[in-house]
Amino acid sequence: MDKSYKAVMERQIEIIKKSVGLDYTKYEIEGIAFDYEKMMNELGFSIEEIKRIQKETGVGDTPLVELKNINKLIKKFSDKGKGARIFVKDEQTNPSGSFKDRRASISVYMAKKLGYEGVIAATSGNYGAAVASQAAKRGLKSIIIQECFDSRGVGQPEILEKERACAGYGSEVIQVSVGPELFYYTLLLLEETGFFNASLYSPFGIAGIETLGLEIANQTKELTGKFPNVVVSTHAGGGLTTGTARGLKKAGAYSTKVIGASVDLRGLHMASDKDFNRKSFTTGHTGFGIPFAVFPDRSDVPRNAARVLRYMDRYVLVTQGEVFYMTELLAKLEGLQRGPAGNTSLVAAFALAREMKEDEIIVVNETEYTGAGKLPSAQLTFAKENGIQVISGDPIKDDKPGERIVIPEDPSQIGYIEIPMSQLKESYINQLIKRLGKSDFTQKEIEFISEEIREDEDSVKNLIKKLREESL
Amino acid sequence: MEIKKGDWVQIHYIALNHEERVSHLPEDTKKVPFEVRIKGFLEDEKAEIGDIVTIKTPIGRLVKGKLEKVNPKYEHNFGEPIPELLKINKDKLFLSRDRGEKPQS
Repeated sequence: MDKSYKAVMERQIEIIKKSVGLDYTKYEIEGIAFDYEKMMNELGFSIEEIKRIQKETGVGDTPLVELKNINKLIKKFSDKGKGARIFVKDEQTNPSGSFKDRRASISVYMAKKLGYEGVIAATSGNYGAAVASQAAKRGLKSIIIQECFDSRGVGQPEILEKERACAGYGSEVIQVSVGPELFYYTLLLLEETGFFNASLYSPFGIAGIETLGLEIANQTKELTGKFPNVVVSTHAGGGLTTGTARGLKKAGAYSTKVIGASVDLRGLHMASDKDFNRKSFTTGHTGFGIPFAVFPDRSDVPRNAARVLRYMDRYVLVTQGEVFYMTELLAKLEGLQRGPAGNTSLVAAFALAREMKEDEIIVVNETEYTGAGKLPSAQLTFAKENGIQVISGDPIKDDKPGERIVIPEDPSQIGYIEIPMSQLKESYINQLIKRLGKSDFTQKEIEFISEEIREDEDSVKNLIKKLREESL
Repeated sequence: MEIKKGDWVQIHYIALNHEERVSHLPEDTKKVPFEVRIKGFLEDEKAEIGDIVTIKTPIGRLVKGKLEKVNPKYEHNFGEPIPELLKINKDKLFLSRDRGEKPQS
């Protein structure tokens, strides 16, 4: 069989169809429009059944912990009457150390049920370890493909740590150099092995996260007597935020605001061989966060089940230096040594708490395990070796992704950069116009966009008109 | 050092030469090939670094490539202590100011 890039990509639809266990054509409406809720509901599992499947492999039911010392500190740095209480969902207590076990558990369960011999996932992060761990528990083979090295053969420490973890669970780990051809190579392997595509973006993956939102709502109510006012969620590909928000709604927490947070890496090119090792975060950053918010169907399945514009109420950016600082605070004040992913949203929560009332509740929806390669010491040592300056100073004003990481000198410097939702919504429509060459939209497509970006149909029509004129 | 059948090794190969890569790449990535590294057990009776060999991966897949390393070491570590983080101190954080006051620089 022809293994050239072109030939493999031409077989893409056929390969995906065989490997995802879902017929996506059933949900298509017309043009860009498809029935998202029908796709999510056709899984055939209630959230109770998902909880049961997760329990079989020890996933979920993680503790919700109030950060009492950090909350005291926030009050010290807030105006009178301000300083909301922060709780974190300690997802590192899942089997492989992150919320990604929730995501992997349903995919691997489906793979087994549908009779696949193994599973494949393309991921450099915790999802690989989660798929490998769940596959081990269910007796399936697993292949994890990770973008790992630049052309010098130098690997990001966090990704090298993940390779160790995946190999530890018995996976075959394939490490590739920088570039979007990771997707091509994944297709090639799916075709060769006939394994299940445990995509991050299938409905199975997202449904698995809904239990996280449900638990957050119920546990917060149990501990404080009410649902959280705000849930902050680290946003990369969109799955965590989408799944959490859906779960909150299933628990009845309709008024809880969902705020996405990403590390600001704007200006670094994600497919650049040189930029690859000039970033200290491998996920939860704007390199995924913005593109996946505004064009979710860039994923490895025909229709991405993670669609954050349907759920995110606000989107904020924080800096690398702030996350390292917060990682230290969490360890030194709360006795929780945790990885960078959840600490991204913890930074945002810290800054938001100072603006919110003291009787309000913020939940940070995840923590992740840490260790060699993931700790601030490992990442910052690596950064210095790659020519990045590490200094103390103002973490927002002095920050320069790819050149300088600035560690705050004082908690009062913890802040965020707000990306207006209107900007993301415009960008969503722009992607449709530019990428798909759309100039006219049918009524059904307008209705679909209206659901996607949560604006009424007239606003959608006006936005399209405005952006079309601008693009001429 | 003799490398023999059953040894845990790492192979390397080029999956796409630079001219076979996708067109929409940044200039620096365009110039380099798309490379692959995999670890597994050596299938050949014996080999030397640089030989084209076959390995059996932990899930039993047979893959061919250039022998790069034997018993490849985990190279990531905890790094060095970072002075900018070491100075974060619990007592100092709480010593400072009362509610509402601006922190000193």
